[in-house]
Amino acid sequence: MRTRTFGRLVGRILFYLLVGFIVIYSVFPFYWAVVSSFKESDALFSPRPSLLPVPFTLAHYENVFTGAAFGRNLFNSLIVAGGVTLVSLVLGVMSAYALGRLRFPPKNAVLYLVLAMTMFPQVSVLSGMFVLLRELNLFNSHLGLILSYLLFTLPFTIWVLTSYFRGLPRELEEAAYVDGATPVQTLIKVMLPLAGPGMVTTGLLAFIAAWNEYLFALTFTIGNDVRTVPVAIASFGGATPFEVPWGSIMAASVVVTVPLVILVLIFQQRIMAGLTAGSVKG
Amino acid sequence: MLTLRQTRLAWLLVLPTLLVVAFVAGFPLAQVFYYSFHQADIAFVEPPEFVGFDNYIFLLQDPDFRGALWNTLRFTVVSVFLETVLGLIVALVIHSNFKGRGIVRAAILIPWAIPTVVSARMWQWMLNDVFGIINVILVNTGLAANKIAFLANPNTVLWAMVAVDVWKTTPFMALLLLAGLQLIPSDIYEAADIDGASKWQQFWTLTLPLLTPALVVALIFRTLDALRVFDVIFVMVGVNTATRSLAIYNRQTLIDFQDLGYGSAISVAILVIIFVFVLLYMRLAGRGVRGED
Repeated sequence: MRTRTFGRLVGRILFYLLVGFIVIYSVFPFYWAVVSSFKESDALFSPRPSLLPVPFTLAHYENVFTGAAFGRNLFNSLIVAGGVTLVSLVLGVMSAYALGRLRFPPKNAVLYLVLAMTMFPQVSVLSGMFVLLRELNLFNSHLGLILSYLLFTLPFTIWVLTSYFRGLPRELEEAAYVDGATPVQTLIKVMLPLAGPGMVTTGLLAFIAAWNEYLFALTFTIGNDVRTVPVAIASFGGATPFEVPWGSIMAASVVVTVPLVILVLIFQQRIMAGLTAGSVKG
Repeated sequence: MLTLRQTRLAWLLVLPTLLVVAFVAGFPLAQVFYYSFHQADIAFVEPPEFVGFDNYIFLLQDPDFRGALWNTLRFTVVSVFLETVLGLIVALVIHSNFKGRGIVRAAILIPWAIPTVVSARMWQWMLNDVFGIINVILVNTGLAANKIAFLANPNTVLWAMVAVDVWKTTPFMALLLLAGLQLIPSDIYEAADIDGASKWQQFWTLTLPLLTPALVVALIFRTLDALRVFDVIFVMVGVNTATRSLAIYNRQTLIDFQDLGYGSAISVAILVIIFVFVLLYMRLAGRGVRGED
């Protein structure tokens, strides 16, 4: 009996060690970026670096916002990610209502067509997209990036919203029809308010995906007028490898990441539901 | 009457999406196939010239393509394997009932939320050969005699990429597997307890087989993602032969070498490779499901 409780205690301790390890492993790299972004440059390059941001400084953040065109890059990212989210949601809700609630014979064909879009990688349409944007005169423009990003935001928006619409009770619509509402009125007055939570989830996922995108932004923009934050952060550098401004890079990284981390932590339940709805059920 | 009106409305609602799909997926894809049979430069200095299968024949003999393929396959197999094992451990931990479970769940969402470019730069700093915290820890604890230039050494650099990718994407794997775990009814475990099966036996005979569908979905998602790896490698070490992935080689050919024709052929090859993997997993999944019956 005694060895059994002892064994259980050891098991418990090992379990919590594992838990501790998972938390530290997940959080430490970001913690280290935050600490580095607030640390004076000399301390950054010390042979025994402190785990705390001492001596504390805001110089790296000043550098980031006064030096390069980082403010402009942030603005570009907001426009592009915001635009993509808006367009994906409008198109997504329209399609998802049709696919999830209306009598629509080619329903599955459309759903699988959209799913096929997620299968092919961005890089394999890179040349075609390049040609498309040039033909449309949208190379190096916000609109061009928004259009190209629909390639990866639209499919999961439609899938997740469709499964969301399907889950809503039938009676709601029937009551509206009995009251003489048309399908359009039913969509706007009854379904749309109910789809709110689903739209928050998919909108958030679309925003994050667009905010983080790198390959298209790198290839379809020139200079800082349209360039988004990931491209700017990736190209932050000094004149030589020995002058890499690590403090400023970490400060810029923290600036673009903190809003995302906060959003994700606030909406964690929703995001987990959204991430898994599109995959496990589908 | 109502159903007819519904169908007409449905078409109207889906139409804009279909147009966008045709524009951003159909048209570019058609272009890629078209140019893969042509000799063309991306600036269209010369008009494109039809060359039949020349680009594909060249691709089969191109040692750079083979190198990129080999790098991509090694990266994919090792990182997806590690992510699956770690993701499963994390999912099982979060699935079990204990105090502070919410904290763990929130903590693992952080790597997922961080942009890949940012994660690449964070790890570049941590793996820095002189000032990086990882080298400081390794040397100060005596685990390594000298600091290691992880990103400059051709023997370590690909595995450093794998490590960064595993850190960033294990959470996604864990979340998908967690959703799968939550679908397993708990009463079958009670029955197994009564039968005297150990937790270890229960894992191999109950949890793992029942988790197979979720596992296959997660594997497909992650494998497709890993096969197209670009950001993390390009940002951390740029273009070099030790780490050049298919996606990096593809972009290099298209943009740096301006070779629209050959670059498009590489794109088609990537599509084919991804398609092969999807078919493979589908067969695997089909067999797994049938095996349960």
